[in-house]
Amino acid sequence: MTARSLLDRTGVFFGLLLVAAIFGILVGRQFFAPANLELMARQTAIVCMAALGMTIVIATGGIDLSAGSMIALTTVVIALALRADYPPLVAATAGVAAAAACGLLNGVLITQLKVVPFIVTLGTMLIVRGAAKGLADERRIEAPTTWLNDLLRSHSGGAFLPAGIWAVVVLALVVAGILRYTRFGRHVFAIGSNERMARLCGVAIGRTKMLVYTMSAALVGMAGLLQFSKLSVGDPTVAVGLELDVIAAVIIGGGSLTGGRGTVVGTIIGAAIMTIIQLGCSQKGLANWIQQIVTGGIIVAAVALDRVRSART
Amino acid sequence: MQGIRKAFGATVALDGVDLSVAAGEICGLVGQNGAGKSTLMAILAGALAPDAGSMTIDGRTYAPPSPIEARRAGVAMIYQELSLAPHLTVMENILLGAEPMRYGLVDRGRMRQMASAALAQLGHEDIPPDAAVGTLPVAAQQLVEIARALAVGCRVLVLDEPTSSLGGADVAHLFTLLRRLKTQGHAIVYISHFIEEVQAITDRFVVLRDGRNAGGGATAAATHDAIVRLMVGAAPDDLFPRTPRRSGEAIVEVAGLEPGSASFTLHRGEILGIAGLVGSGRTRLLRTLFGLEAVKRGRIRIGVADFSGDGAAAGGPRGRWRAGMGLLSEDRKSEGLALGLSIADNLTLTRLEPFGPHALVMPGRQKQTSGAWIARMAIKCAGPSQAAGELSGGNQQKVALARLLHHDVDILVLDEPTRGIDVGSKAQIYRLIDELVALRPGSGQADLPDRPAKAVLMVSSYLPELLGLCDRIAVMRRGKLDAPQPAAGLTEHDLMMRATGASA
Repeated sequence: MTARSLLDRTGVFFGLLLVAAIFGILVGRQFFAPANLELMARQTAIVCMAALGMTIVIATGGIDLSAGSMIALTTVVIALALRADYPPLVAATAGVAAAAACGLLNGVLITQLKVVPFIVTLGTMLIVRGAAKGLADERRIEAPTTWLNDLLRSHSGGAFLPAGIWAVVVLALVVAGILRYTRFGRHVFAIGSNERMARLCGVAIGRTKMLVYTMSAALVGMAGLLQFSKLSVGDPTVAVGLELDVIAAVIIGGGSLTGGRGTVVGTIIGAAIMTIIQLGCSQKGLANWIQQIVTGGIIVAAVALDRVRSART
Repeated sequence: MQGIRKAFGATVALDGVDLSVAAGEICGLVGQNGAGKSTLMAILAGALAPDAGSMTIDGRTYAPPSPIEARRAGVAMIYQELSLAPHLTVMENILLGAEPMRYGLVDRGRMRQMASAALAQLGHEDIPPDAAVGTLPVAAQQLVEIARALAVGCRVLVLDEPTSSLGGADVAHLFTLLRRLKTQGHAIVYISHFIEEVQAITDRFVVLRDGRNAGGGATAAATHDAIVRLMVGAAPDDLFPRTPRRSGEAIVEVAGLEPGSASFTLHRGEILGIAGLVGSGRTRLLRTLFGLEAVKRGRIRIGVADFSGDGAAAGGPRGRWRAGMGLLSEDRKSEGLALGLSIADNLTLTRLEPFGPHALVMPGRQKQTSGAWIARMAIKCAGPSQAAGELSGGNQQKVALARLLHHDVDILVLDEPTRGIDVGSKAQIYRLIDELVALRPGSGQADLPDRPAKAVLMVSSYLPELLGLCDRIAVMRRGKLDAPQPAAGLTEHDLMMRATGASA
C-alpha cells in the first residue's frame, strides 16, 4: 500500500481525531465522558441510519433529496397505525414500508423516465412531504405510548446503549457487507464509476438502481422510526432539510457525487464529525450560527481535499 | 509550415512535415488514419506546440500559443464536430467572443448587420440571423461556423472532413461556396478521406504517411490510383504470427442487419476483419451486434441464441455475454473500463459467479483469479487492487481484453484492439489473438479434451494489422458493409480503394 492510498483510506479518520482533539481541549475532559459519548451517539443515530442508505445511492452516482420527507411520512404512518390500535411492531413495519414504497417510486421514475435523480427526488421531496401532511391533516398525530418510544432513551447510568443505536450498528455492518461481499455491491460501484461500462458488461442497470433506491428508502424509514421514537408523535413537518445533513455525512466520509466511491465506515465517521462539532459548540456555549459556519466549512474543506488528492492521480 | 516535428512520448507523430497554401488556393491534405493529419492541423490551429519547425503567414513568423491567438492571426478551423452553441441565435454564434459593444452593452443592431454581412459574403442571405442554431439543418450550421470564421477576419480556413455529415446536394453547395471563397482570396486546407472529393475541389494535394510527406502535386495531374498508392506506401514487414487455423462451425450469423447493411458468417477458428474509414459506421455495427444500439432490421444468431427481434427487446449486452460473446470497446476510457475501480473489479465484472456461493463475492478469491490473469497477460501493475486508471494505455487494454478471457467467451468482438498502445503491448495482443483462434488439440481423452477454437471479429483502422491477422476482411463504406473476402489475396491498396469509394 502506498503512502497515498493509506492517506486516502484513513484521511477521514484523522479528520475525526483532529475535530475530537480540538473540542476535547476546548470543552475539557468531560467531553469524552461515557454519558457524553452516548449523548453524541443518540444525537447522530437518525442521520447515521439515513446516511447508510444514502451511501449506496451516492455510490451509484445518484442522490436522494426526498429522505427528509420520507422520515416525516414514516413518523406520521407509525403514529396513525398506533392510534388505530395496531401493535407497535406492525406500526413500525408499516412506517418503514411506506418509506420503502417512496424509494421504489424514486427508482421507477429514475430508470423508466430516464430523468436524473436530482430532479426526480426534488419532485418526490415535495410529493412525499405533501402526502405526509395530507395523511396527518396538517397536524401532529398524538400516539399512545409504547416501547417504540424507548428506542433512543438512555438507560440508567449508560451501561448499555439504547436499542436504536444497536440497530444502527447492526445495519451498518449489514450494508457494509452487502457493498463489499455481494455481486449487487460490485454492480453498485461499477454503475457509479462508469455506467457505460456497466452497460457494456451486461449489468442490469435498471433493476440494480430500483433496488438501490428501495433499500436506501427502507433505511431512511428506519431513521424515521428512530425519529418517531424521539418525538413520540407523528409530525409531518419534521426533518425538513435533514437530507442535506445526510448527504454531507456521506461526502465528508469520502463519497463522491460523481459516483463510484463511498464506504459505510467513512459515512459514519462523517456523521460523527458533524455531531462532535454541533455538540461541542453547544457545550462550549458557542452560538448556533457558529456551528453552522464551521460545519459548512468542513464540508467544503473535505471535498476540496478530495479534489486535490484525486487530481494527483 | 516547414520541418514540423512533434512527438508524444516515444511516438513520433510528425517528422519534418512541410505544408504550404497560397492565397486563392485550395490544398487537399490526405493520408490514412493516424498518418498525422490531425496533429499537423492542431499545431496550425495553436492547440499543440511543435517540437521543431517553423510556420509563417504572409512572410511573418507565426507561432500561436493558443487557439484564440491562432484565430486572431487569421487561421480558422472547421472541425468535423461543429463547435456551436445550439441555443444561441445565428448572429450570437457568428460573433461569439467578438460581440460589438456600445455603452458596455451588446449592440444587437450592429451585431445583426455584421452577421448578415458575413452570411452575404457566403452567398447565403437565406439564413435568418435570429434563428436558434440548433433548429437549423446541419449544412446550415456548418455555414454559420464558416461565417463566424469570416466575421473575425480569418484568411486561412482549415476544413476537417467537412462532408462527413452532409448529403449529396449539400456537398455540392459547399463546394460552390469554397470556390467562391477561393476567388475572394482565402487560403483553404481541405482534409478528407474521400479522394473523389479531393479531386473535385482542390488545386493541389499533399499526402502524409507515418508522419512524413509522402508526396503531392497538382490534383489535375494525379489519378485516384496514384493518390492511394502514395497514402499506402510500401508493404510492411510481416510481423504477425499465424499458427495453423481450421475454420469450424458457424457460430455467428448476421443477415441484412441494419444499421450497417451487414451480412456475414463468423466461424470458430477464424478472424474476420472489418476495414473502413473512421466514421464509416464500423463501431456502430459492432455496437448494434452487441445489443448496445437498437437493431432496426435483420437477423442475428449467436451460437444457439437468436437476437433478431425488434431492437432492445431482443436482449442487450447481458444476453450477448450469456450467449458467449464479449465486446472490447474502442473507447477504453469512457466505455471500456471503470478507471476509478480496481483491476480486479474491472476484470471480473461480467462473471462474478465463481467467487462465492449465492450472490456473494469473496474479495480474496476475486483477487487471486485476477492475479493469475495479470501474470498470464503480463500486465504491469502494483497488484489486483490497483485502480485501472493508474495503468498505462497498453496495460489498461490488456485488462479490458482479460475480461473477455475471464468470461471465457467464444466470440471476441474487438473494436480497435491496439489503438493508442505501445508496440510491445501490440505485439503481445497480436500473439494472443492468434493463439485464441489457433487449433488447440488436446489428447482427446477426458482429462484433456480438445478445446474448441474461438472466433474473432475485429475492426481496425490499421490496415497492416488487418491483413496480417485476419482470414477474411470486409470493408465498411458510408454505413454499408460489403461482402467479406479472403485476406490472402488482398493488399492495403485494395482495401483503401474499397474504403475510399473507387469502383475500380
